[in-house]
Formats: sequence, C-alpha cells, structure tokens
Amino acid sequence: MLYIKCPHCGLRSQNEFAYGGDASVKRPELNKEISDQEWDEFVYLRKSPRGKHLELWHHVSGCRQWIKVLRDTSTHEIFNTYKSEEKVG
Amino acid sequence: MVQNFRLDQIGLINREKKLSFKFNGKKYFGYEGDTLASALIANGVHLVGRSFKYHRPRGFFGAGVDEPYAIVQLYRNGETEPNVRATEQELFDGLEAKSVNCWPSVNFDIGAINNFLNIFLPAGFYYKTFMWPRSFWYWIYEPFIRKAAGFGVASKEHDRERYEHKYEFCDLLIAGSGPSGLASAYAAAKNGARVILAEDKPRFGGSLLTSDVSINNQSGKEWADNIITELKGMTNVTVKNRAQIFGYYDHNMLVMSERVSDHLPKSEEFTPKQRLWYIRAKQVVISSGSIERPIVFGNNDTPGVVLASAAKEYMKVYGVLVGKKPIVFTNNDSAYETAIEFKKNNINPIVLDSRQDSNSEIIKEAKSLGINIKFSHVVVAAKGYKKVKSCDISEISEDKQNLNQIKNIECDCICVSGFWTPTIHLASQSGGKTKFKEEIDAFVPDKSKQKEVTLGSANGIFTLEETLKTSFDKGFELSKEITNKNNSQQIPKVSEKKHSKHDRFWCVPLPKGKNYKRFLDFQNDVAVSDIELAIREGYRSIEHVKRYTTLGMATDQGKTSNLNGLQLVSNIENKVVPAVGHTTFRPPYTPISIGAIVGREIGKHSKPTRKSPMHNWHEKNNAVFVDAGVWLRPRYYKRGNEGLFEASKREAENVRKNVGVCDVTTLGKIDVKGPDAAEFLNRVYTNAWLKLPVGKARYGVMLREDGIVMDDGTTTRISENHYHMTTTTAQAANVLSHLEYYLQLVWPELDVNVVSTTEQWAGAAIAGPKSRDLLQKLFPDTDVSNEGLPFMGFVEANFFGVNARIFRISFSGELAYEVNVESDNGNFMWEKIIEIGKDFDLQPYGTEALSTLRIEMGHVAGSELDGRTIPYDTGLDGLVSKKKDFIGKRSLLKKAYNEKDRQRLVGVVPLDKKTSIPEGSHLVKDPKGKLPNPKLGHISASCWSVEHNNPFSLAILKDGKNMIGSKLYAMSPLKNKTIEVEIVSSHYVDPKGERVRS
Repeated sequence: MLYIKCPHCGLRSQNEFAYGGDASVKRPELNKEISDQEWDEFVYLRKSPRGKHLELWHHVSGCRQWIKVLRDTSTHEIFNTYKSEEKVG
Repeated sequence: MVQNFRLDQIGLINREKKLSFKFNGKKYFGYEGDTLASALIANGVHLVGRSFKYHRPRGFFGAGVDEPYAIVQLYRNGETEPNVRATEQELFDGLEAKSVNCWPSVNFDIGAINNFLNIFLPAGFYYKTFMWPRSFWYWIYEPFIRKAAGFGVASKEHDRERYEHKYEFCDLLIAGSGPSGLASAYAAAKNGARVILAEDKPRFGGSLLTSDVSINNQSGKEWADNIITELKGMTNVTVKNRAQIFGYYDHNMLVMSERVSDHLPKSEEFTPKQRLWYIRAKQVVISSGSIERPIVFGNNDTPGVVLASAAKEYMKVYGVLVGKKPIVFTNNDSAYETAIEFKKNNINPIVLDSRQDSNSEIIKEAKSLGINIKFSHVVVAAKGYKKVKSCDISEISEDKQNLNQIKNIECDCICVSGFWTPTIHLASQSGGKTKFKEEIDAFVPDKSKQKEVTLGSANGIFTLEETLKTSFDKGFELSKEITNKNNSQQIPKVSEKKHSKHDRFWCVPLPKGKNYKRFLDFQNDVAVSDIELAIREGYRSIEHVKRYTTLGMATDQGKTSNLNGLQLVSNIENKVVPAVGHTTFRPPYTPISIGAIVGREIGKHSKPTRKSPMHNWHEKNNAVFVDAGVWLRPRYYKRGNEGLFEASKREAENVRKNVGVCDVTTLGKIDVKGPDAAEFLNRVYTNAWLKLPVGKARYGVMLREDGIVMDDGTTTRISENHYHMTTTTAQAANVLSHLEYYLQLVWPELDVNVVSTTEQWAGAAIAGPKSRDLLQKLFPDTDVSNEGLPFMGFVEANFFGVNARIFRISFSGELAYEVNVESDNGNFMWEKIIEIGKDFDLQPYGTEALSTLRIEMGHVAGSELDGRTIPYDTGLDGLVSKKKDFIGKRSLLKKAYNEKDRQRLVGVVPLDKKTSIPEGSHLVKDPKGKLPNPKLGHISASCWSVEHNNPFSLAILKDGKNMIGSKLYAMSPLKNKTIEVEIVSSHYVDPKGERVRS
C-alpha cells in the first residue's frame, strides 16, 4: 500500500485516497471551437507511461483536496507531491 | 499408549501436562509444547498423507514452515480447516486431524495406482493429455482433476471464528527472533527506537534453541530467553510470537499474520482466532534465517527421510527421536550436530559425508564420541514403501559422477543435509535484486530497494560471531538515524565450533540399470526426470520450466526445492546457477486464511449502514427495508397479510387519491456557496442557471465529459450566493468529488465552495391532491397557496417552533412538497406530519410506491440514467441549452449521438394488460427470430400503474419516438417469458404535467 504525502495533511495511507489519472491533461476552454479529434483526445486518450508520471489523487477520506503526485509507475517511488494549484516542472 | 520415540531427559515441552488428540480417528497422547508433528513422531506415526500426483506415502520432512509433506485437515471446536502444516500446528487437548489426498485411507490409497502409472504422468501431463477431445473437459477431465487436486477440503459452513485487522507503526520492524533478530532488536530498543519483533514460531530464539554455542558464558537458549524477557519489559518494544510477516509491500508496509488462538482448543470470548497486522515501518530488519536444503537421491521422498536440522530440532525442542537407527547424509559440517545429538541420547548414527575428508573441530568431536563416519559416501536410494527400512549406499568418485559398489544397510531414518539456503523471500518481495554467493551456493539479497536490511544467515552469514556483531551494529546504526541517540551495547562474547567448507554436491547419480525417482519438489511430486524432460522439450526460461513442471508452485513455494531445481537446470544447460536465475518470490510466504484477509468486514460489517432520523418510527410501523446504497430505506409499510405488491399498490393509490409521505432524507444534499456559484452551476448543469431567482428551485441534469448523464436533481437558490443542490442517493459522493475536481483543478478562479449537507437535513416528501391542505395545517403561519408558494417555489418556514424549508417539487408527478428540517428534528417532524395527516387520509409510502409513481409519470431515475445514456435518450432534450457551454456539451455533437434512429425513452404496455414485464427484458420484432435476434431496446423499469390498473414499463428503445403505437415482443430468457407489448408514450399519467402546477 502506497504512503502518500498529502501536501495539506502529511503522510497518509493509500486507502484514504482515490486515484484521479493523468494530471497533465488540460480541459479545453469553455466556448472554444475545437475539432472532434482534439476533444476525443481530451476525453478518452491517455498515455500509460512506464516510469515518472504526474497524476491526480483525491484525498477523499481526508481533506478532500485534489493533489498532484509525481510517481514512478513501475517502482511506485513517489518523488514529490503538490497542491492542486502548484505548477510542476 | 507408550510414546516409543520420546526421550526422557531432553526438550522444552511441559511433561506435566499431557494432551490427548486424534489422528485419522485413532487416539494418541502428547505434551503441552508439542506440535502435531512432534507428537505423532513420538508415537511412531510417520505416515501422514499421500503425495499430490503419484499418491506416494508421505511422512515428515522438516520441523517448521518449510514442511512440504505433512499437510493435514484440522478439526477444532466444530470447524475444519484444510492445508494445515502438522509441523506448525501446536498440539492442544482434543485436537483432531486427518490425512489429505488419500481415499479410502492413508494406508490403503487407491490413487497410489498413479505411482505405478507414473510413466503416463510426466511433466506437462495435464497440458498434453487433457487437451483432447475438447468436450471431455467438462464432464471427465475437470471433475477428475478437481477431485484429485488440493490439500484438504474447504468447509462449506460459515466460519464462526473472529478475525481482526490492526494497523501499526514502528521505527524498526524485525522479522525473525533468531540471533540476528534478537541482537538488532536489543541494540535498537536500547537506543530508544520503537521496535516490533515478530517470531513465526511459538518459541523465541530461532537457531539458538538448538545450536551448541555459548554467548557470554550462557547457552544460546539462556541468552535468548534473557534478551526476550528484557525486551518484553520495555515500553518501546512489542514482541510477538506465532506471528509471521508474510508480505513486504510498497513503501515499507508489511503484513503480519498473528495466530492468536490456533494453538488453543477454542478461541476465548472476544479474542480473535487470527489477527492481521498492517505495519508501516521506518526500517525493516529481515532476520528470517535459512532453511536446510536436501541432497537429492533415489526415493528421497520415502517417509523417514528428514532434514538433519529437523531431526535435531525434534530431539532438542520436543525430546523426540525421528528414528533409532539413523543415517546422517551430509555434504557439510552442520549435520554433525545432529549426529552428536543422537549419540548423546544413546543412539548410534552412521554419518555418510560426500566430502573426501574433513578435520574440523566438530568432526573431531564426533570422532572422539565414536561416531561411525564414512567419507566419500552417499545414499543412493532409500528402501521401504511406507517407511524407510534400509538404504543403498555407495562410495562415490572424486568428481561425483561414478558410484562404486552398492551396499545395503539397515536404517529407519535418513537425516539429510545439503547445506543452507538463506530465506530471502521478504527481501525479494520488497523489490530488491538478489545475487548469487559462490561460497554458499545460494542467493542472498543484493542492494535493498526499500528501507530494509537483511542480517544473519538470511544474508548468508553462518557464523554466530559475525551474525551477532553485524546485527548489534546494524540495530544501533539504524536506530541512531531515527532516534538521534547514542546508547550502544557491548557485543557479547561468543564461543562456537568452527566449520569447514561444505561440498557443492547436491544430487546422487543413478546407479547403472536403476531408474529411481529422485524428487526435487516434494509437495508437487516434481522429479529430476521431469525437469530433464521439460528441457528436452525446449523449455529454457526458469519461469517456463517452473510452470510446465510445477516445480516450486505448491503451497510451500519450493522452500526446500528451488535451489536444487536451479542446480539441475544449470547442470543440464551447462550454465552457472546465477545465469539461470530464480523465479519471483511473491507474498504470502506461507498460506494465509481467507478469514484473516477479510477480517471483521463480513456480512453487514462490510460497509457502514446509514439510517435516517426517522428509522425507528419506520421500524415500529412495520416498514420492510431495502438497501439503497449504504442506506436502509423503507420499501413498503406492511399492513396485515400484505406482500410487496399489495402494499406498494395501496400506498401509491393513496398518493394519487389523497396524500402520502415519504422519507427522502437519503437524497444527496450539497451546499454550493460563493459569489460565482451561479456561474459554476451554469457550467455543471446542461440547462441555464444564471437567471434563477432567490426562492426558486430548478431541475438540472449534469453530464460527464463524454456526454453521458451523470446525475439529476433539483437545486434551489436559498439566498444570493447560496444554493442547495440535491443529488440522487446513489451518486451523492461521486457528484461531490466531481464538483471538487472542477473547482480545484479546472476552474480554480471561481469563488465557490461546496460541502456535503446530506446528514444535516431530514426530508419528508408530501405528495398527493390533498398535500396543500395538509401543508397549510402544518404551517399555519405560512402562505402555501398556489400563488404564495408556486410550483418550483421555496420558502423558509416555522414548523411548530423549529426551522424548516419547504420546496414545492415533485417526483411523483402529483401536487407535492418536500419539507426539510435539521436532522435532530427529523423524527419530530415526521410524527407531526403523521399525526396531523390523519385528517387527510395520509399514509406513509416506501420506495416501491415511489418508483411506481415516477415510472408511470415517465420520470427518469437510476435505471434509465445508467451510465450509458445521453440526455436525448432519456427525454431530457429540453434541458440541454443550445446557448451556453457546459461539462460534456462538446461530446453531444458526436455523430453517433445524433443519429436519427438513436434510442429513446418510451412507455411499454403488455397487450393483455395483465402480464408484468420483467425488468431487463429485451424488445424484439420477432420472438422466433434467428439467433442472434436483433435487440431493439430493453425494459429499464416496470410497475403496476395504479392510475390505469395494468402493468406499465419504461424502455430505452431504438428510434423510440417513431415506434410509438407499434407492437413488439418483450423477451426475458432469464424468466422464460415472451410478452407481446405495445409501445406508448413514456408519460402514461398526466402527460401535460398539470397536477404538479395545480
């Protein structure tokens, strides 16, 4: 079980969190005309990298904040965690 | 009955306490402190089971966790448990056990015919044989294999025992209480670290219990006892026996299984049978020791062939002899301790040593005691079927390829030692790599991946002096990093016998003209010939050889067989062992009870049960409850002999005719607050929200980004910047997460906060033509006229002294209101409504009537908004704004979502107006059509329409709008029903929606 450092609460076990997928996905702006392909990429297409991955986790059984976690998908090493508003990289 | 193999003077058992037990129906005696294995051996019982594949007789091989053979079915306190190792099961009074894998009995086993047919059961036998003919799988092969497989029978009864989970944190977690575990625990604990020391066995001390050493002029056992006593007295130390750390998971989380009551006749009240500990450790010390590995020879699976270390443990711990005419067959010095122990107990062993000569301290001692030692000698084959009776021995050439003349000598046990294999399972599970250590012919942990260190013989260190020194140092060093303290301990003085080098020899060649089975894996019956065959057939990777032959795949995970298997593959392939590599170690280290994994989360305890504040009233008034997510909701209120159908019909009719009240507390409620709340709702919902006035409610639908409907509900503007959102009961938690996602990550610039208020409000829906009259009585000071409180209106009001909110909203399609009060006042509100409602023929109604009312009105709910439908499919077109953007809108432009014959919500009535249509039925044109019969749609919800007094269903139907008036068939193969139906409008009652506005 992963040990995730919530930037608001501190180290907490994985079972307090819900996984939220790729944190680098950016929702297209409202009212902006975009192609079918761009929209499909946003809704459906995700990379599944082996290695470093910036992902979202929701501290559902804690402070209810969405946080960003930089994690190695093969070793599960967590390099750093960030508040939702923090810019990463 | 006399225990013929029990020694008088020696052992750690309590001879004051005699215990009786039964094995295969026969009664025996043992002592407190025995294992089932030691007690059986003391009674001369060596045949305990039959092997997995060939049903060859099985005895005891080890004395602990590594045991591959002695697996029994255990009976304890009216329960039965399969796959119990007799070497680990402690004896208790009244214990009962039976052999597994044999029928009709262990002494006469029909399956043993496999032993004579073994030419037909080679490696990969199942893959090869049972492939053809295909149809045989279902009724011949599979039942046969199922019956033959497994180690015992799982009980079909509910497990009455209690299992618990526990979470724990510590600075140092130490796995194993042998010399390295004790030393590191002591050093760390004395330096202020919080330590958990776990020992798998009942007794602490590991090898110190049986080895002939002295530490600070005490025996190994005395020193261990003193350390443990001191550790137990320290507040920063937790010491657990019967506790095995079986899994090393991510981020230094380890799981330990504590067998709290397995050694007792029954668990004490409020005490679990087993407890699973989830331990997060800052540092882990793996002091799991090592396991002796066998030398492979002919018929080496015969009962009576045991590990030399096990024979020693049976003598020194249990005072039990594995035999009275022992052969000790070894390639190293450690087995001489076993020989010497025999000699001390007046038994004369013969030692066969594969080495040409050795003159170490311990061998000198053996010689001086007069023990018969034959160097350059090996056991060629054991003789005897159910027990060793003699063995063929021979001199062996220096290159170990050729045997000399074969001689048969009488014996009743063969104690074998092929040197020691470090137990690296935990280190490997942590993700670290292993390396091959030439000096010991075995793998040891390489660089640690997580915060863990392996010490002592688990790390390939076999001298006590070095083990204690490194362990004291490491315990101090690791604790210092955590506690910043500097209290180091003096390393004790050790005296032990120096050992000479072991011999790499591991497998005795077959004599000319003999074809003995030489087993590698004793539990899965994998012999040398099976591995040879697999390699001849082209299997190269050790992972493939493992799966093809099942080497190391049994419940013991190859603890005694892995390395010999690797040796064999490396010999045949002409590679060195490290080039062959080893298979992956995976948790659990030993089998774990399913009960322990599940813990207390069984039945109703597997999830919380939520109850509304009015629950007790419902209970008292004959409510029959239904699970709605984690909530308990009244399904109907039973009167007299009514069943579900009669009661719900009565309740629904009363709503249409008079007035009903329904507990709607379970609806999800979310407070949305902030200056940008209106803008936020406008983005979340498909319809327009910017112009909703204060004091008004609006129905809204929200989508996922892929255009699928996520949830629906009404949201009310309580004040300028304050909205009260409702969600469906089931989606409440998901909707909150969804809103938080957009507020925190997508539109952080919006000044809005959301919080769940589901539990803050109790809700009652009052519905029916008389609801306004009732409401006026409930709120005499409030204007609830159609003008004062119009449809979709909201007002805050005084309810007999408590604050209430009245929403004029309707799910039933009748004139209806929802009254909310703070949860603590919920029951007060409910009882008042019931009391005053009497004058209006009010009846409470449950979820079944609620469903009936919404279905015949054509209002969609979870069964239509099922995660597969878009707003157009469910008649919600009018709620989709053309003007503004919202979550999921772009997806609605998809071509498939705009096909002309897209599925639509319709109503369905059976032509006979009698037959209810099962939910989930498929709608087809031709009930006798060729399969696969094209499915045009499905029935999403069914009810008995109280308005029309006939069955009515909702369906999602392809090109539904144009199908109205047509006739189709509803087919339910599950219920074996085919019903001719007519497609009608989904608005079966009050299609113009006049009632809600009346």
